[in-house]
Amino acid sequence: MFKIIEKTIHPDALYSDVLQDTNGAVAIFAGVVRNHSGEKRTDHLVYEAYADMAEKKMKEIGDEIKSRWGIVNLGILHRVGRLEIGEISVLIAVSSPHRSEAFAACQYAIDRLKQVVPIWKKEVGEDGESWIEGPQAAHSGN
Amino acid sequence: MKIKALFFAACRDIVGNRELDLDVGEGSQVEDLKNVLLVKYPELATINNVLSIAVNAEYVDGNTILNPGDEVAFIPPVSGG
Repeated sequence: MFKIIEKTIHPDALYSDVLQDTNGAVAIFAGVVRNHSGEKRTDHLVYEAYADMAEKKMKEIGDEIKSRWGIVNLGILHRVGRLEIGEISVLIAVSSPHRSEAFAACQYAIDRLKQVVPIWKKEVGEDGESWIEGPQAAHSGN
Repeated sequence: MKIKALFFAACRDIVGNRELDLDVGEGSQVEDLKNVLLVKYPELATINNVLSIAVNAEYVDGNTILNPGDEVAFIPPVSGG
């Protein structure tokens, strides 16, 4: 399952989806809204996505993981809208026969998501609000 | 020909719209459309060098030729997660 959703994400939302009798490891990563950014306090975050493209790019990350590790049991959910401190913004679950591929694929999925999936966060805090921009263009060549 | 332009995050704040229907010349490239918008919305220049463009939900290079009905998205550096 690769989805942009507006409702609360629970930590076990993908667990039963990725479970397989042949697999002995499930790695789950949850990205959670924290209460500060550097020295500044964060009140809440607002996430925005280009949903159609984001879901397509998340599926492509799944394809990359399949070709690299042979893993097919994985899912990514990303929430949009207003999120409060402690709420889950992104959830990734990967299952594989053994733990090392599950950990590696889970790490790969979040790293790639942060590079190429068209989602943005706006921090709202004591100094007002500002869009956060990743370190580089998602695609070079413009 | 008509195309649809989509603007997200900081781009949307600058342009003031999430979606615009625009008329561009036949054979226009992505780069041509971007230049038109840079004139109309000079503040876009502040993020121009890190802007990515997608046509019909796929990242493309600036020399990509546009077709009628294309959906062209202006994508600032992403910050999901």
